[in-house]
Amino acid sequence: MYRQTEIIKEAVPGSNGETGEFTINVGPQHPATHGVLHLVITLSGETIKKVEPHLGYIHRSIEKMCESLTYRQFIYVTSRMDYLSSHINNHACALCVEKGMQIEVPPRARVIRVLMDELTRIASHELWWGAMAMDLGAFTPFFHAFRERESINDIMEETCGARLTMNYMVPGGVMQDIHPNFQKRVKEFIRLYKRKIDEYDELVTGNIIFQNRMKGVGVLTPEDAVSYGCSGPVTRGSGVSSDIRKLYPYEIYDKLEFDEVLETGGDSFARYLVRIREMQQSIRIIEQLIDQIPEGDFQAKTKAVLKLPKGEFYTRVETARGELGVYIVSEGGTTPYRIKFRSPGFSNLSVLDHIARGSKIGDLVAMMGTLDLVIPDIDR
Amino acid sequence: MWSLSHIANEIHTWLSNTFNPTWTQIIEMVLAGVAVIGLFAALGLVLVLMERRVAAWIQIRLGPNRVGPFGLLQSMADTLKLIVKEGLTPDGADKVMFNVAPFIAMIVAMLLMAPIAFAKDFQLWDLNIGVLFVTAISSIMVISILMAGWSSNNKYSLMGAMRSGAQIVSYELSAGLSIMTIVVLTGSLQVSDIIHSQANGWWIFKGHVPVWIAFITFIIAVTAETNRAPFDLAEAESELTAGFHTEYSGMKFALFFLAEYINVFIVCAIGATLFLGGWMPLHFGSGNAFNHAMDYIPSSIWFFGKTFLLIFLIMWFRWTFPRLRIDQLLNLEWKYLLPISMVNLLVTTAMAILGWHF
Repeated sequence: MYRQTEIIKEAVPGSNGETGEFTINVGPQHPATHGVLHLVITLSGETIKKVEPHLGYIHRSIEKMCESLTYRQFIYVTSRMDYLSSHINNHACALCVEKGMQIEVPPRARVIRVLMDELTRIASHELWWGAMAMDLGAFTPFFHAFRERESINDIMEETCGARLTMNYMVPGGVMQDIHPNFQKRVKEFIRLYKRKIDEYDELVTGNIIFQNRMKGVGVLTPEDAVSYGCSGPVTRGSGVSSDIRKLYPYEIYDKLEFDEVLETGGDSFARYLVRIREMQQSIRIIEQLIDQIPEGDFQAKTKAVLKLPKGEFYTRVETARGELGVYIVSEGGTTPYRIKFRSPGFSNLSVLDHIARGSKIGDLVAMMGTLDLVIPDIDR
Repeated sequence: MWSLSHIANEIHTWLSNTFNPTWTQIIEMVLAGVAVIGLFAALGLVLVLMERRVAAWIQIRLGPNRVGPFGLLQSMADTLKLIVKEGLTPDGADKVMFNVAPFIAMIVAMLLMAPIAFAKDFQLWDLNIGVLFVTAISSIMVISILMAGWSSNNKYSLMGAMRSGAQIVSYELSAGLSIMTIVVLTGSLQVSDIIHSQANGWWIFKGHVPVWIAFITFIIAVTAETNRAPFDLAEAESELTAGFHTEYSGMKFALFFLAEYINVFIVCAIGATLFLGGWMPLHFGSGNAFNHAMDYIPSSIWFFGKTFLLIFLIMWFRWTFPRLRIDQLLNLEWKYLLPISMVNLLVTTAMAILGWHF
């Protein structure tokens, strides 16, 4: 007769027969990770003892590539970092270059930029909402979310010429003027969307199974949120004010009326609510601006070849996932000497091990969902 | 009348006149077996297509609509693909157990077909413990899942199988207890007796609140027993890739897949038989014009109509609800459903003794 532990030791490679703990690899190819993230999980039965993220599967050395590209070109590469908020990535880079060159962006371009940012934020949160419901085993929300996201993509396609990697922001403004239909299409979208967001609450937020899966799970205290360097909805779910649009306003955010969404729960459900309510705040911003787009140039007059003065420049923006910092070291040439991106996903992922310990494997998937990880953003 | 029982009787008479009794019995057994396999395949194709169309309808898309009219041949094409695919057995797997497991799943599903009355007087085996037979045989299903999970030599499979073991064993209790309420009211375990007891009204109408509670418990419990969402923890694709059948491919995977759908059909057929009168038409009281009008609808249509209504309900669950966590799943059974069904069984017994039902 075998003892039970011996059987497990023999049959399950990688298991530790003494403690009954064993490791499993979630990823790099796994339906839960939404990309090539690799988590090595130590389990005792269904309970998680340790989560160890292994990165680098989609590392494209974007920072190094940027060093050999000019200040006009490197922005296009950054669309591929956090591909769900490519507008906002481009925006951060354009802001940094403008800060270095001291370019005055025309008011029309500023408004268009903010509109695009907020549309991107909605689109990104839409996809997160669908994907997170799918992590919890509900498939239908994914399709409903994509229906609305599609109308945003159509608006983007019309104006920017692309649906995912728009490359619309350039130093000094935006690449081209908005399409004549832009305002009409955005208003149509807002009208449609306001009806749909109640549908989301009916389908997912109010669901008893969903609430039981989310409440009290993956609790992140405000202290931990700060010390792990989290940002975006992850910290705001713990009640820590971290919205860059409010704290360090860029473009015209200081003139706009919107609330920083804060929840105090710190659990998965709080992070969920933050994102849902952020979508409503984005709608509020778009509504303020859509009829107020000033006339004028969409791009400042700039030289053909941009040269940043010698020095170090840093800007930060609020992407859909949190704080994106762009740090440029310039030697005065046409290409940056060194670029460093402070991506929100990397810091948010680091908290996963901390909040996942002691919970069940099903909850790990829900926590990863509410951290809203985009793997190319983590690896770059 | 071209009812199913009429056809069956015609065949029986012809065989009896042509062959001696032994051969008649052997041929009838073979015919019944072929009929079950045929029904098995047909149901598999229909239910897979139905699931995909229902899912598409709920998810505001079209679903399969290219292969054949309304995508009717899509499942055929998928089956063909699965048949010609290589059935891999992973290295390090327990080969015998790995290859036997899907067949056990299918045999269980086939055996469960026996006591189901598909139409008036059309039943393979009307054994006197029909309902008990169903609950007993359906427990074997868990063995095939445990075998598949254990022999695959894959940690995801093992976890899926362990979850499934805990889940099916727990939910059998409340499924069994809710079935018992009808047995208490009818006083018989025989399927034909249960159906005939509903000639003047289905139990869901006659049985008041206790039967409603039993019906709801039954639907929840069988959804869990068949590993369907929101209780699909055994295969939870976002957590365990595909759970216990992660390592299966080709026809061996298809057998698991088929067995799942056949099990859904069977539990819905049992539910329709116990609570919704099986093939019995909708009757109120006795002898009025409404009852006569209802009698004109063939009994097989009544049976399949009710069964597919319940199947639709279970599919609707799947495409609406998120999945439960394993501890929540077991809490739901042991802390809520089981006590409720126990009390409910007591109340039903009192009701049956005092004759408070119609």
